Amino acid sequence: MYTEQKELTQTPLLKIWVPGMGSSLGQRRGSSRPQFTNCPTMIVMVGLPARGKTYISKKLTRYLNWIGVPTQGEACASNALKDIANYFTKEQGQVAVFDATNTTRERRGVIISFAKERGYKVFFIESVCDDPEIIEANIMQVKLSSPDYENYNKEAALVDFLKRIDCYKMSYVPLDEEKDRHLAFIKIFNVGSRYLVNRVQDHIQSRIVYYLMNIHVTPRSIYLSRHGESELNLLGRIGGDSGLSSQGQKYAKALAEFIRGQAIKNLKVWTSHMKRTIQTAEALGVPYEQWKALNEIDAGVCEEMMYEEIQATHPEEFALRDQDKYRYRYPKGESYEDLVHRLEPVIMELERQENVLVICHQAVMRCLLAYFLDKSADDLPHLKCPLHTVLKLTPLAYGCKVESFYLNIQAVNTHRDRPTNVNIARKTEEALQTVPEHL
Amino acid sequence: MLFTPYGVVIDSTPAVCGKNIIVKHCFFYELLFFFFFLTVCMTNCPTLIVTVGLPARGKTYISKKLTRYLNWIDVPTKEFNVGQYRRECVKIYKSFEFFRPDNEEGLKIRKQCALAALNDVRQFLTDEGGQVAVFDATNTTRERRETIIRFAEQNGFKVFFVESVCEDPDVIAENIVQVKLGSPDYTHCNTEEAVADFMKRIKCYENSYQPLDEELDRDLSFIKIIDVGRRYLVNRVQDHIQSRIVYYLMNIHITPRSIYLCRHGESDLNIKGRIGGDSGLSARGKEFAKALSQFIQSQNIRDLKVWTSQMKRTIQTAEALGVPYEQWKALNEIDAGVCEELMYEEIQQRYPQEFALRDQDKYRYRYPKGESYEDLVQRLEPVIMELERQENVLVICHQAVMRCLLAYFLDKTAEELPYLKCTLHTVLKLTPMAYGCKVESVCLNVDAVNTHRDRPSVRLTNTHPLSMSVSLVVKKPPRLLSLKGKCASPEPPLSQVLGSLMI
Repeated sequence: MYTEQKELTQTPLLKIWVPGMGSSLGQRRGSSRPQFTNCPTMIVMVGLPARGKTYISKKLTRYLNWIGVPTQGEACASNALKDIANYFTKEQGQVAVFDATNTTRERRGVIISFAKERGYKVFFIESVCDDPEIIEANIMQVKLSSPDYENYNKEAALVDFLKRIDCYKMSYVPLDEEKDRHLAFIKIFNVGSRYLVNRVQDHIQSRIVYYLMNIHVTPRSIYLSRHGESELNLLGRIGGDSGLSSQGQKYAKALAEFIRGQAIKNLKVWTSHMKRTIQTAEALGVPYEQWKALNEIDAGVCEEMMYEEIQATHPEEFALRDQDKYRYRYPKGESYEDLVHRLEPVIMELERQENVLVICHQAVMRCLLAYFLDKSADDLPHLKCPLHTVLKLTPLAYGCKVESFYLNIQAVNTHRDRPTNVNIARKTEEALQTVPEHL
Repeated sequence: MLFTPYGVVIDSTPAVCGKNIIVKHCFFYELLFFFFFLTVCMTNCPTLIVTVGLPARGKTYISKKLTRYLNWIDVPTKEFNVGQYRRECVKIYKSFEFFRPDNEEGLKIRKQCALAALNDVRQFLTDEGGQVAVFDATNTTRERRETIIRFAEQNGFKVFFVESVCEDPDVIAENIVQVKLGSPDYTHCNTEEAVADFMKRIKCYENSYQPLDEELDRDLSFIKIIDVGRRYLVNRVQDHIQSRIVYYLMNIHITPRSIYLCRHGESDLNIKGRIGGDSGLSARGKEFAKALSQFIQSQNIRDLKVWTSQMKRTIQTAEALGVPYEQWKALNEIDAGVCEELMYEEIQQRYPQEFALRDQDKYRYRYPKGESYEDLVQRLEPVIMELERQENVLVICHQAVMRCLLAYFLDKTAEELPYLKCTLHTVLKLTPMAYGCKVESVCLNVDAVNTHRDRPSVRLTNTHPLSMSVSLVVKKPPRLLSLKGKCASPEPPLSQVLGSLMI
């Protein structure tokens, strides 16, 4: 039915056009949140111990949260189903990962009934592995340090754990192509050499499958760094597309030396399309790939302004940004939320790759770092990513080891902390309280 | 042309892999490099996709669709249908007897055709800058597949098999009706005769069919598509392009549906002849929104999803429909950077070189501090992927965006894309049909300005490169990188050609 058109207004924070006077997002007809799924989804892990179920759960949970799908992992067995119901109804979660062996058809049946009663979708992820080397490596990496084995030596612990696995083997009924053909699932064989995918139901399951098919466990390191100090950095101006300052050029050379010193096998180097990252990469003397997706956040009308100028010309915008830095979108520009969306293909390719050096920008680096270190949307925009510092990320057990290398080349500080007063009516000094020094 | 994921396509000389690179090195290292190459196949190796399956299992449908998708995302791809080669060799198709396994003459001809096709594949991938070739044939025996694998190894191509397995008689019957009956093979038959003959043709293959096997073929890279996507078996995905291919194949479906594309209603800036911006609908634009609502209702579309961009004019248009809609930032109009909200006349006045450059290569030209059509395609890829997953969808978007989407569905080249006609107040209804897409254009009879700018008739060709200012170099980053890493540009990118190029 045709409805008389109401006037549209743009919400001040997200810059989304809404009918009427900016009612809350949930009530409007139009939604700017991507529709990943229209009902809560339970992801159920299946597999013998030491098959990587927890590794996959945690990684998947981290990825889904990063792309904006509220997800929670559940690692315990008995009361977990109740917690999941709670998470979906009271906490507005969208995906719950149920991480347990779930090795019998009976057990899975219980979960399926539970989900059916409440209208949840179920997607099974089974990890099957018969390579004894992989299993042993898993046990060494994550089981031996468990509290269960505090008093054991390595060999004894290994033996004990293998016997523990045997206990499950007797009753283990893997997902079956025929008998379970009505279920939605992915079976992962031998850490990804083969996959069996059955009945993917919707968008989020499709994304999950794509993600699982791109991750690997080959040891490698990811190096994150910003471009060298730029001319605009020196002037305290944001955005733009300026070249490196003389200090920035020194950094590029130091970075080249550092990288050579690391003796990295088959290193890929990625930059953005902006002059300052490309100039930095050029100093390395190796092939590099340019990604437009790695460009710095677009500050729209505030491009190339100093914080003082933004405060002078757009004081309300400046305050709104401090109120919700993650969701705030610059007029005619982007938000951190938009950035994450545009960086998703970069993350996917980083997962596929092995050793990579990413030369990017402050906001971009914060987003990438938040993905690897599982930082929330609230923390993300405030992560410290100073100039002339390389972060080396190495996946380890269920997380990521971070090593920070400051290459000893002086640079300005571009980090602006959240000021105490974020009220729109605040005074100029309060707004500029945390602006870093510049020329 | 090197395929690089989501980035500027780095043009390296095609000699990065394969025989050519050996030629460029002195003999002393030749052998070393040869063995190095055998063990480490770089992601920039051409890929040979090989279909596998009985007749009427959707192999050609998949081949054509995949080819269209890969070309759209800028991976030079071509399909080679062996059936086509057979039709050229054996001018008149008599009956299924040609395909009988004991027909020596038939077998000989079919093998010849396969080899001829492989030869063309080699030419495309090695000499013509192709990145992916789709070898579309039944390839139902392990022996035939072995031949292809050897061929690929000799030429330094990666192989990825795509097998379609289907036992649902309804699906098979529908396939035959949709695509086989119209084939040149059956122009002289009536429907029953054609169907009967084709079923017998399938029988000829059934006895010798050796499907890809989890165990026996565990070292091959392949995807087995079972029952039109109900189930997939994916084995040994080697690299990025194969990963993208698998993702694409797992998202497409054949459920009948229609996609409606239209622009927002006429906007205030449209009337003023200004590009970009974020203005609201004019009075006539609002009329269109009303008419669109009536049109959509009259179409009686089941479970229609409505998508808009995040710009005021598309949202206003959608609001008139009175149904839920989803806003995609990715559907926003092309960012014209410094030219936002200018009239073409003003652009000509203030940025004459830019204006000229744009006409020279409208697809790749990027507005200063803005985007190019090439950038648009990249940002629209997730939209296309989701459109493939969905069923009935109405997309209310913008001129450049609609051109990109249309080019995907109608398989238009990068050359044609920026000049596709997408007029205001007209809805395009796209319905997948056989191997392509049926297009119905519905003009909703509400007047609007014309915003289409044709390709100018006089196009100035490149002259010698002139020196350029630093800022322009920055806008068009170096595209050619040699293996040694220094930026080596034997041929200057378009942006470097400046000076007296005025329209």
